[in-house]
Amino acid sequence: MISTFASFLLGKLSLNQLPNNPITAGGAIILVLIPLAAVIFISVTRRWKWLYREWLTTQDPKKIGKMYIIVAVLMGLRGLSDVILIRLQQALSVGHAHGIISASMFQQVVSAHGTIMIFFVAMGLMFGVINMIVPLQIGARDVAFPFLNATSFWLFVAGMVLINVSLVIGDFAATGWLAYPPLSELKYSPTVGVDYWIWSLEIAGVGSLLAGVNFIVTILKKRVKGMKMMLMPLFSWSVLGSMFLVVFAFPILTVTLTLLAFDRTFGMHFFTAGHGGNMMMYVNLIWAWGHPEVYILVLPAFGVYSEVVATYARKKLFGYTSMVWAIWAIVILSFIVWLHHFFTMGAGSDVNAFFGIMTMIIAVPTGVKLFNWLFTLYRGKINMKTPVLWFIAFVVVFTIGGMAGVIMAVPPLDFQLHNSLFLIAHFHMMIVSGVLFGYFAAITYWFPKFFGFKLNERLGRYAFWSWLIGFLLAFVPLYILGFMGATRRLDHYSASLGWQPLFIAAGVGVVFIICGVVLQFMQLGVSIWQRNSNRAGRDPWDGRTLEWSLPTPPPSFNFARLPIVTKRDSFWYDKQAQFTDSRPYEPITIPKNSPLSMVIACGAFFLGFAFVWHIWWLAVVGLLVVIVTIIWRSMDEHTEYELDADEVMRIDRALTPKEAGL
Amino acid sequence: MNKAKKRLGLAIFIIAFLVAWGVYLSRVSIPVLQPKGPVADKEFRLLLLIFGLLCAVAIPVFILLAYTLWRYREDNPRRGSYVPEWAHSRWLEGTWWAIPAILIAIVSIITWNATYALNPYKPLDPKRPALTIQVVSMDWKWLFIYPKQHIASVNLVEFPLHEQIHFYLTSDAPMNSFWVPQLAGQIYTMAGMQTQLYMAADITGNFVGRSANISGVGFASMQFTAKSVSSREFNSWVDKVRMYSPKLSILAYRQLERPSSYVPPHYYSYPAKNLFGLIIDKYMLPSAHGVVI
Repeated sequence: MISTFASFLLGKLSLNQLPNNPITAGGAIILVLIPLAAVIFISVTRRWKWLYREWLTTQDPKKIGKMYIIVAVLMGLRGLSDVILIRLQQALSVGHAHGIISASMFQQVVSAHGTIMIFFVAMGLMFGVINMIVPLQIGARDVAFPFLNATSFWLFVAGMVLINVSLVIGDFAATGWLAYPPLSELKYSPTVGVDYWIWSLEIAGVGSLLAGVNFIVTILKKRVKGMKMMLMPLFSWSVLGSMFLVVFAFPILTVTLTLLAFDRTFGMHFFTAGHGGNMMMYVNLIWAWGHPEVYILVLPAFGVYSEVVATYARKKLFGYTSMVWAIWAIVILSFIVWLHHFFTMGAGSDVNAFFGIMTMIIAVPTGVKLFNWLFTLYRGKINMKTPVLWFIAFVVVFTIGGMAGVIMAVPPLDFQLHNSLFLIAHFHMMIVSGVLFGYFAAITYWFPKFFGFKLNERLGRYAFWSWLIGFLLAFVPLYILGFMGATRRLDHYSASLGWQPLFIAAGVGVVFIICGVVLQFMQLGVSIWQRNSNRAGRDPWDGRTLEWSLPTPPPSFNFARLPIVTKRDSFWYDKQAQFTDSRPYEPITIPKNSPLSMVIACGAFFLGFAFVWHIWWLAVVGLLVVIVTIIWRSMDEHTEYELDADEVMRIDRALTPKEAGL
Repeated sequence: MNKAKKRLGLAIFIIAFLVAWGVYLSRVSIPVLQPKGPVADKEFRLLLLIFGLLCAVAIPVFILLAYTLWRYREDNPRRGSYVPEWAHSRWLEGTWWAIPAILIAIVSIITWNATYALNPYKPLDPKRPALTIQVVSMDWKWLFIYPKQHIASVNLVEFPLHEQIHFYLTSDAPMNSFWVPQLAGQIYTMAGMQTQLYMAADITGNFVGRSANISGVGFASMQFTAKSVSSREFNSWVDKVRMYSPKLSILAYRQLERPSSYVPPHYYSYPAKNLFGLIIDKYMLPSAHGVVI
């Protein structure tokens, strides 16, 4: 009787699910202590009200963007600690030695590393930068749907919390980051690990999809009058391409995960081995999302590079029209290459050759972009600041990685390189240089706009060099290991294979990367410390796009008076013409803060948690919370308030004391 | 002077570092780059060809990048002229749509032909008979069944030199990938399905093979030896295994089926009739109860 009640109340949850080995326990304790410390700190300094009003309930995309980036950085540290475990294990687990962690735990760490880095670091950085920059660049006061935007963010947080809860209660998927069935089916993965994987991605994925819709509408409908599509800054163009990919690709992920959840939770057979399940269907579906996902992450970073190169070369971006066409060529092509992730599945030569060639064709628009960036620098006056250094590293690393990509796009060569460490080296070179370096450049470039001071240049350079040396040292050995027959996700190998020195070299590379990360934090700390000697005005880099015309930091409504746009890089020419705006101010509508986004995300979190542990009453409660809150919110007709023209003028003048007298 | 010394020191360090690695790598086996069978050999040559073509475009790009950065750097006293409005050239842009397009067109033609030529399902020499070996990936070991020779082996596959081997592959476990890098590229093994792969060896010896797709806790132990021997030696090995090894009855298979890792090679005689087919059928039928295995 009691046990029936307990199992109704708690599902499969029990005390046995707490960590049972020192490394997981250590991780779990840290994961519990960090939020606890944060709560204590906020309580002691009495900042709850401030936190609630200024951040948790905010609808301002600039603040939401900052929160995205904070979450992404924290998750980056989690992903990096996974890297440390992976590198230690592979450097030590040779021959008779079996390393520091068990095979099962190693596989969980590998899966968590991939999942966290893609979904919660790369996506987080991307949406953070998009939120902060896109409205400013297109002369908008806000995104199209501010409440939806906040909801996207909080769903992202809910997914992030769920994946981290897996470290404290239960376990995580030990299946690799894409959880191929039948390994990820109940028969071979009976614990809750895969369920955690499914539900944290399901929730975060819905958040991404909603954000995609939001930014498409924002870019298409909220551009300032006069800014025609072909006058938009390239970053906004890249985001538009990327968000179209989000809207077409993420529903595939949502459905695929749901079907896998049906298999695992309700005993269905979509992807099982046997009973009519088809594992090949899953592999196709997951990559029909997974390949566009790569471009979802890379395209906005390409946009960042376009801005950085033009600004620091002090020159118009070369080949604007070509750049736009290249983006859309990449968008379309990225949907017809997914099969190159499994040439080794035994498809016929026609199918393999078709997808191989389609894959290579993506190199054409990408090459065009590269040449256009190069010729933007050509005949420029290059200000060699850290964002430019990140760009140079990107060109070199991305080209090497891209060559490896073309090599693997040849099906017979893929037979020899698929799932080897060559592949791992390839995609890390693409994603780290094409995504992470891009957002590092973005953060350095746009930081002064939001905080009023520049980041320390010297420490930025040190961080850059540590990162670059570490990165090459960590991944060039993996190319060689791939040729030596080393496959991915190995927790142990024989000593006679001669792999160990290369794994150790890769580990040394990670030490350099860690130094780079430490230097980046030092850079932030020192820059804050010395902020008074490092002040940046509105336009520290002699920028070209509209965000640099705003006061620093920009007010919540961005533009007190909407800018006048007549050509590309309007602001650059306005500066030369010494244009001053003397139009009268107008009233501005601003969305009210709302805690309901957080409530929806809480409901989603408990829904996910309930599905993981089969706590059905909680699932019903979670779902009801989500549905009722959405209905409640749609009934509310007073979601905005108006700032009158005088108030706008007062704020604007206060923000720009020097120019007020003009 | 001091700066020059520092640079010299750095250059010497980098060269010594690379030389040390070169020496190390020349002493270890790099299977993909040291093929020992006709399939892997063709794949290696193809790799060199494609790599060469890519370098032909990438290296000039790197040189152009380095030159541009040097020449137009703000603090270069001999900086080239600054033309901030120069942002379009039909001729130039046409060129760099064309250069990668031509490169990719060439690589595509090579790819199309190579994909057919190196189709893993295609016999190496259709006129000569092939030795058939059935491969089953299990939790976490490889079972090799020789249907004509009436023997089976675990984690070791032996075959005669120069003879083309026709593998049929399936899985009685999660998906795995069968890979002997010195002899041929890999192919997936999937439950309820059959894939095929042809390969051959040019020299005698032991070659490392492994699974390239994660399949559970014992995944790292799914390493096996591919052993190429003279045909005389092969025949005597087959006879010996058939005479002295236990039978692979359905019962024995059920024993073997239990998950196990780091299984040393061992042999069986007389595998149960159509064992390979039964293993595939196990996942084809609606209920697991009505099946022999």
